[in-house]
Amino acid sequence: MSILPTEPEIVELDLASDEMLLNMGPQHPSTHGVLRVALRTDGEVVTGLTPHIGYLHRCGEKIGENLMPRQFLPYTDRLDYLAGMNMNLGWALAVEKLLGMEPTEKARHLRVLVCELGRIASHLVAAGGYGLDLGSFTPFMWAFREREKILDLFEELCGARLTYSYITVGGVTADLPPGWLRRCADFLRQFEPVIGELHTLLTSNAIFIRRTAGIGVLGPETAVDYGCTGPVLRGSGVAWDLRRQGEPIYTRMYDGYRFEIIAQVHGRYPEDEPYPAVPAEAVLGDSWHRYYVRMLEVVQSMKLVRQAIERYGQAKGGIGEVLKPRHRLPKGAAYLETEAPKGQMGFMVVGDPGGALSPVPWRVRIRSSSFCNLSVLGELCRGCLIADVPAIVGSLDVVLGEIDR
Amino acid sequence: MADGLIQHFGVYPCWHWLVYLTVGLVQAGLLVAMVLLSVAVCNWMERKVSARIQDRLGPTRAGGRFGWLQSPADGLKLLCKEDLMPAGADRMLFRLAPYISFCAAFAPYLALPLAPGWVVQPLRTAVFFMLAVTGLEVFGVILGGYASHSKWALYGAMREAAQVVSYEIPLGLCVVTVVLATGTMDLVQIADAQQGWFWHWHLRNPFLFGTFWIYMTCATAGTNRAPFDLPEAESELVAGFMTEYSGFRWLIFFMAEYTTMLLLSLLAAILFAGGWNGPLPLAGWLGLSADNGLLAAWLGDALGACNLLAKGFLGLTFMMWLRWTLPRLRIDQAMATCLKYCVPLACAMLVGTALWTFGMRGGFSGKAEKEDRGADNNVQVTILNSQFAILPGPALAPRLMPEGGRNP
Repeated sequence: MSILPTEPEIVELDLASDEMLLNMGPQHPSTHGVLRVALRTDGEVVTGLTPHIGYLHRCGEKIGENLMPRQFLPYTDRLDYLAGMNMNLGWALAVEKLLGMEPTEKARHLRVLVCELGRIASHLVAAGGYGLDLGSFTPFMWAFREREKILDLFEELCGARLTYSYITVGGVTADLPPGWLRRCADFLRQFEPVIGELHTLLTSNAIFIRRTAGIGVLGPETAVDYGCTGPVLRGSGVAWDLRRQGEPIYTRMYDGYRFEIIAQVHGRYPEDEPYPAVPAEAVLGDSWHRYYVRMLEVVQSMKLVRQAIERYGQAKGGIGEVLKPRHRLPKGAAYLETEAPKGQMGFMVVGDPGGALSPVPWRVRIRSSSFCNLSVLGELCRGCLIADVPAIVGSLDVVLGEIDR
Repeated sequence: MADGLIQHFGVYPCWHWLVYLTVGLVQAGLLVAMVLLSVAVCNWMERKVSARIQDRLGPTRAGGRFGWLQSPADGLKLLCKEDLMPAGADRMLFRLAPYISFCAAFAPYLALPLAPGWVVQPLRTAVFFMLAVTGLEVFGVILGGYASHSKWALYGAMREAAQVVSYEIPLGLCVVTVVLATGTMDLVQIADAQQGWFWHWHLRNPFLFGTFWIYMTCATAGTNRAPFDLPEAESELVAGFMTEYSGFRWLIFFMAEYTTMLLLSLLAAILFAGGWNGPLPLAGWLGLSADNGLLAAWLGDALGACNLLAKGFLGLTFMMWLRWTLPRLRIDQAMATCLKYCVPLACAMLVGTALWTFGMRGGFSGKAEKEDRGADNNVQVTILNSQFAILPGPALAPRLMPEGGRNP
């Protein structure tokens, strides 16, 4: 039997006796689901790192080619299961783009409302889970406590706490229940001081800064090269947000809304709120900045929700008609990216090119933001310590349901 | 106690060993029971404290409204679990490791006085003995990590070896500082040097106050508690050296950790916060001293023991508070904290305490009293005695020790 030193199983038999191959995951507390990371370690130093994915592969795209668009909607909930609303929105908008549909004004404001609440929920999990990755349990519980309240609101809205299928092609499935807006405003009011508490526990904590500042520095060029998007890209100082810079069918939703794109440009963050100061140790593009961008985006999302509540109240008309289930798809293709909490989420839907006018798409493809964000991991982790690997993976905030689809 | 029994019942010399053995076993049993009970209380407290910090309720069902039977319920569950051992593990060492940790964590209590007379084995070098034996705990952890046949466990063990051994240096320096200030290694004498109000505690001395905080840092690190819980860092090393342990063996490691925590807290209370001498001289006010009869003396001791335990638990609460608030340091940062901050600071405190003690005794004004030279001699005598104090079995030691180590 010949032994090839390139085979990963026997790398340990290689002559480099100081190196140890270490499997982090797929059942590891801090690889966020079922990510497996093969570490090549020299003592505590990581000399090489390979992420292995595919443990949660469910043939999502192929399923989409066998179902009608509205039937596929519940499957999109399971992509980024921490932000189901935003996944619904991406799919609904892509199909609407193919069909040339236009939801009513009221439905558009409702979409903004729930999507930004979903963004808050997702960023809370990211921030709390990041604390957990660094060994701090309490922020996790505090963040989940607040997320629970958002999930309660969603449950009241659509009956589900995780897989909503609320936003659908052509609008939303139901109007708001009575009193919901008041409860939502109450939540925002009590949630606002909690952000400060989370900042105290994590953002400005000396140990937290020592663990994250200058760790996993991702330069803006590298971030763009790898196709990183969302808070990972903005943490590197690139002010790029599809809610402003996306396609018209998407940006129209946010027309008239006031919010800042959170990124450190020219050495400073947009200062419309009193935030904790950036510590001297932090380097642009490090784990601390990626975390910080999420925390600031929570505040922006709160502002958006408040505006959406106001504008929903002022909007005339109803929430409109949703797509008929057996509506036939036209010939042609539509691709649309939206700004999901984790980055740009792209859906492609293709009608039958033969002109059969089937209600089932001919092709469905999904572009995952977490996939691109994760791909940069090897670059970030070179030469770091084992303890930094969870610190960097956590700062990328990947969701494996979306990567593996 | 054994000598008293022998005299009282007139036991034949050939049966003396039996008396010593019985007395020793009864004392050790009582001690283990007390410590285990404290550990159960600690565990329950940790759950409740963490729950309150995290806006939860914690255990509410086992044993009534406050879940105070949660610890026994947990213990029972762990006892009923399957006994797992990974394939390829070193079977003997894997079994042995928890018991080494357990013994090393429990043995120091032999020399721990809860009140002036309440100690299983009075030692003139109690502090030294306790630190030395506690230091053995790391062997169990390293063995467990090595024998588990798991890379994560190995990493945990290596971290433990590096971290705990390093932190023993500043911890020892902190203790030496107190020994320097009091001139004795006997815990009873150290505590009795702080009699009276709380401003008689060692904490009144600014250098010893600083030493106290260094001690608490090192105690936290020495017991693998957050933010220094690197050997069992669950987000990095799964569970570190305990990755492959489950059921009863895991429980033993767990108890050893809490036992050591409690021990170091109690030691801190004795060294720095007066031990059984309260913030107020309560026992003096109530007349609970040997002058008013045996019962009063006993009550005074009991009050002192409660006082000491309360302080110990206060220290534990502080450690729990830290754990549930702070993120974890990285291994290089933990080592840097030890070597760059704790050790030099502890050395500075040692020098400062030496100068302070010298100055308080009139050293700078040239009025050094005779008594102080006596105290210095006393340290040497104590160290000499240590050879006798540690070697024989617990029950035999008092007979071999020369009486009156203190200045005649």
